[in-house]
Amino acid sequence: MKPQNEMKLMVLSRSVNESFARVAVAAFISQLDPTLDELSDIKTAVSEAVTNCIVHAYRSDIGTIYITVKLFEDNRVRITIKDKGCGIEDVEKAMEPMYTTSTEGDRAGLGFTVMSTFMDKLRVRSRPGFGTTVTMEKKISKK
Amino acid sequence: MPLRIEYGESGITAYLDGELDHHSTKPMREDIDRAIERVKPKELTLDFKDVTFMDSSGIGLVMGRYRSMELIDGTLKVRSASTHIRKVMKLAGLDRLASFE
Repeated sequence: MKPQNEMKLMVLSRSVNESFARVAVAAFISQLDPTLDELSDIKTAVSEAVTNCIVHAYRSDIGTIYITVKLFEDNRVRITIKDKGCGIEDVEKAMEPMYTTSTEGDRAGLGFTVMSTFMDKLRVRSRPGFGTTVTMEKKISKK
Repeated sequence: MPLRIEYGESGITAYLDGELDHHSTKPMREDIDRAIERVKPKELTLDFKDVTFMDSSGIGLVMGRYRSMELIDGTLKVRSASTHIRKVMKLAGLDRLASFE
């Protein structure tokens, strides 16, 4: 199915851009007239994925985060967050609740858990040394 | 902007505000830990009334403070969290750890 509408956004992996990424995706999706809850869920999931790029993919380096949002006729939203960072050795392990490889203080290890709970679909593809692509989908209720 | 922290007889209250994400929680964490270190309160209350957004970095903030309070035999209270924020906290089982108001 081809998307009815699409947006692409590239930002540097600076933590100050986390808020902007959430708001940009939410603004684009608002044309589907989502409820506040649906918007909150999506913003939170996007925040997790973008934070993963900053904290894990690029660590102490600065790289680019590639965000694509596609809107489909049946009110489905597909969000892709891609990086060209270090990649994930064991995706299954990374997606385990509360598992984290971070040495930074206070990382709860719940990023993927939030994404899979708040979105309808989640797919993670990664290649160590090359990068990671996270694809999430949510169906916005028709009013 | 530094966090608004109130000091009372039973403990301290930190008034969190705005968005709680990986970027914003770092200075908040430092402000609260500094206050805990100085005062060694019996109870720490985190007030979420003015928090507009939270992701799992906010959970990390709460969990880290829970551990800091545990170390000094103190307790943690979470106050005035909105529906969405409670939803995120439930994912981490935070509703079973800290007492909610």
